Amino acid sequence: MSHVEWQGQAKFTIDGKEVVGYKGETILEVARREGINIPTLCYHEALEPYAVCRLCLVEVTVGKRTRLVTSCIYEVAPGIEVKTSTERVTRNRKAVLELLLARAPDAPVIRKLAAEYGIEKSRYPLIKNDNCILCGLCVRACREIVGADAIGFIDRGTERRVGPPIERQSERCIGCGTCVYICPTAAISLKDVSKSMPGVHKHPYDYEAPECSICGEMNLESESKAGER
Amino acid sequence: MIKSLADLEKAASEGARNIHPPYLKVMVGAATCGIASGANEVIAAAEESIKLIGNGAVVTRTGCIGMCYEEPLLDILKPGWPRLTYSHVKPEQVAGILEAVKDGKVIKEGLLGKIEEIEDITRNTRNTRYRFPLEKVPQEVAEAEHLFKLPFTDKQQHLAMRNCGIIDPESIEEYIARGGYFGLYEVLTEMEPDEVIDMVDKAGLRGRGGGGFGTGRKWRYCKQTEGYRYVICNADEGDPGAYMDRSLLESDPHSVIEGMLIGAYALESQQGYVYVRAEYPLAMQRLQKAIDDAYAHGLLGEVIFGTEFSFNLRIVKGGGAFVCGESTALMASIEGKPGEPRAKYVHTVEKGLWNQPTVLNNVETWANVPLIINKGADWFASIGTEGSKGTKIFSLVGNVERAGLVEVPMGITLKEIIYDIGGGIPGGKRFKAIQTGGPSGGCIPESLLDLEVDFDTLWEAGSMMGSGGMIVMDEETCMVDVAKFFIEFLKDESCGKCVSCREGLSQMHEILRRITEGEGQESDLDLLEELGKVMQDSSLCALGSSAPNPVLSTLRFFRDEYLAHIREKRCPAAVCTALIHYEINENCTGCTLCAKNCPVHAIAGKVKKLHVIDQDKCIKCGVCQDVCKFDAVTRNTRNTRNTHSSEKPS
Amino acid sequence: MGQPKGLVSENAYTILNEVEEKRVSLIAALQKIQARYRYLPETAMRQVAARLRVPVSQVYHVATFYSAFSLKPKGRHIVNVCLGTACHVKGAGLILDRFKRELKVDEGDTTEDGQFTLQAVRCIGCCSIAPAVMIDTETHGYVRQDKVADIIKRYRESKEK
Repeated sequence: MSHVEWQGQAKFTIDGKEVVGYKGETILEVARREGINIPTLCYHEALEPYAVCRLCLVEVTVGKRTRLVTSCIYEVAPGIEVKTSTERVTRNRKAVLELLLARAPDAPVIRKLAAEYGIEKSRYPLIKNDNCILCGLCVRACREIVGADAIGFIDRGTERRVGPPIERQSERCIGCGTCVYICPTAAISLKDVSKSMPGVHKHPYDYEAPECSICGEMNLESESKAGER
Repeated sequence: MIKSLADLEKAASEGARNIHPPYLKVMVGAATCGIASGANEVIAAAEESIKLIGNGAVVTRTGCIGMCYEEPLLDILKPGWPRLTYSHVKPEQVAGILEAVKDGKVIKEGLLGKIEEIEDITRNTRNTRYRFPLEKVPQEVAEAEHLFKLPFTDKQQHLAMRNCGIIDPESIEEYIARGGYFGLYEVLTEMEPDEVIDMVDKAGLRGRGGGGFGTGRKWRYCKQTEGYRYVICNADEGDPGAYMDRSLLESDPHSVIEGMLIGAYALESQQGYVYVRAEYPLAMQRLQKAIDDAYAHGLLGEVIFGTEFSFNLRIVKGGGAFVCGESTALMASIEGKPGEPRAKYVHTVEKGLWNQPTVLNNVETWANVPLIINKGADWFASIGTEGSKGTKIFSLVGNVERAGLVEVPMGITLKEIIYDIGGGIPGGKRFKAIQTGGPSGGCIPESLLDLEVDFDTLWEAGSMMGSGGMIVMDEETCMVDVAKFFIEFLKDESCGKCVSCREGLSQMHEILRRITEGEGQESDLDLLEELGKVMQDSSLCALGSSAPNPVLSTLRFFRDEYLAHIREKRCPAAVCTALIHYEINENCTGCTLCAKNCPVHAIAGKVKKLHVIDQDKCIKCGVCQDVCKFDAVTRNTRNTRNTHSSEKPS
Repeated sequence: MGQPKGLVSENAYTILNEVEEKRVSLIAALQKIQARYRYLPETAMRQVAARLRVPVSQVYHVATFYSAFSLKPKGRHIVNVCLGTACHVKGAGLILDRFKRELKVDEGDTTEDGQFTLQAVRCIGCCSIAPAVMIDTETHGYVRQDKVADIIKRYRESKEK
């Protein structure tokens, strides 16, 4: 917390390559610009970073101290040394992928990444076969881009899941499909349930298309009617 | 209203008269554990008897002096006598005790000890020892043990607990009489904010909540950041097995308020919060009373002591989530959000509550602050070890003879704590391990009992100080089961946000379940170690990165027990239900008590005939062993269905 | 319309008005509702969302994140069996099993007659009198399996008084 103040450009290295970053940029942003590959599952440039998939871990050396950091939230500074594929980085990424493979073994993106890191099969038992890896992209996109807040996280710990509030059709869903599009593991699908609407997501629930919620605040009467259905 | 030193002195003398009144006073320890042991019934009985005594005699409540194993405690303060303490008091005994006292006599039964002198530890400005004026003291009292010289108390040093069990926690005057708020006065009228920070830094106070970060350093970092600063007291004491924060809030809430006031002045903060966990209703109630009283006396609010310093303090009630002990999760919770640690490499001293610079310290840390002001940094730094200054309160519980709160100087050995203070293991059983640091800590084996306890030595032993829980485990505790217990706890309490912690805990729990049910493989141990190291390295917050500690430390020190479960399908401590069975031996007199109590009717036998357990029906609840008066039920370290060995009972 | 059973509108609106006026946090608002109704009725969650201008999805996240909140009505007596470390090493798991059998409910559930809700709680800070059970606001120390039925009976009888 006692870092040196600086302004403007920061010159530093990623895997030995000299790069330039700007104040407030993260390692991941600079790496992507420079064409250096760091895997991610919960990152999207249009959204606030969330730092939960733990795949973008890299090693950073500041002065004499080297540590593992999350590159999607670690802000660059002059003179830091970033290494994206040390033994420690690889070991942790492999372990995270092995854990994800035991949760979502059918998700192509997980299988592909795991294969890249030489994992064929997870040594862990399958705890729940759920394509959703709780990266939160859908929830954040619905909040930050669509502004609908139609879905959210529910519960905590190993029971954590994604769904609409009160676990049924969300009145605020406008059926835009952003969540479907942004999901990395194809855990949300579209289903055409009405003639007037193109369709809505299915996240493990069947949603009915809402009448209309683009026109503003819901009044309580109609919300509670919805509640009684 | 208290606006000046004279006002403070006046309140102090009023309080002193309540603490050592010129009439008979009966005090009952009424913190949560005291009440659970029957303090309220004792108070009711005392109030009934005291009416007969008259002469202004009163019954009051006090907090917890730490001797939880002796509860309920009743203290007698009779002018001319030392303070007397009775233990394990039953309501029906009270009338007898009080009648005798009235007649100048003393009942010896249940008399635990006496106090002839107490130190007003926070008053450095005047005589710091209060000696009870002794006149016409009966022989029994003269012969009584000194309460602070008992094996349990002798090695203790009550600094943070200075007022616990001495004052009425609901009386601001009694707190002031013990030197309270004098430190605040000195700070506000004579010291610059930065001088306060220097003093706390020089004293070497480290955070009592877990990590042990230097308190003065933390304050200085925060001070360097511009913004509307907040101070927070973390009273979300979530570590199972630790309850010193609850006890401090229930026994001496003003010490925390004063500590926060001093910190707020040093940091030029105007708003503070105390985040109390929902499971502590009494602590919340007493703290609220203390805050209300402090406002009523002008010690909270605007222009405190007539200076320009103003400070407001509010309680926030937690929602029941262990992860809120993590600082960013706690702050999210105060903001009304789910308690999820945030993803940012910015410390909360720079951007904390509502993105403003925030200092968060725990209850015990705040309670130490007024002491440092009153007694000086050098005095504080003279106690403890090189790297860890002062004292630490531990809750010594589990399989130990004398369970309670112990406040000892840093550097005392584990052996001294467990054996000298705690009196060792009950029932002639063998010590196995001591668990410290809560779910983030580890289990320390017998070979390390000479360890001199401080922040750094515990860390080196693969455990940590945490908030100070010390759970003693005897030979009948299964270490694999303990590891599973903590992982199950964390699995429920993790916020579930990041992959390493959430999925890692799920898998760890599954592996441990397999082992405790006799389905484990030797390769599981390597997998556990590998997974544990990854979780330490790659989790988003401290909950996740410390979560594997209970597993890693038990694997390090108790690998044999894991192997017994895996190779021999045997639980050496006879705990894991899938791997044990119960038997009735020839001690059985045929009293039928076990059969009557068996919830599944698995025990057959006629009166005065040897009884037999039907192993197919038995659910291994162990109630037969609990109720048997003849030691005729044995718990065996194997399951008969797994093997038919004649293993010796444990 | 719009008021589920048990949510008396006057009470609800008193709480909600207070919530709105004092701008209390979402958690504090839900705590007030939980205290009054012993659960969070759906309409109340929706109304809190509207009054505090917070999305229902966020209210629902908070309501399911913290263990102090319940989505189902709780029983008249709340039995909290402590599963802290000290209680665990003194056999709290077996005590919990006993309560399950005696009350014929699983952890987290409420008896059919609505009298008892059985919960496991992670440390109530009464480690020195382990194993401990807190029923409503009363703490019982040194609980033994063979005393469980008696303890329950006392609370059952207190209903009839």
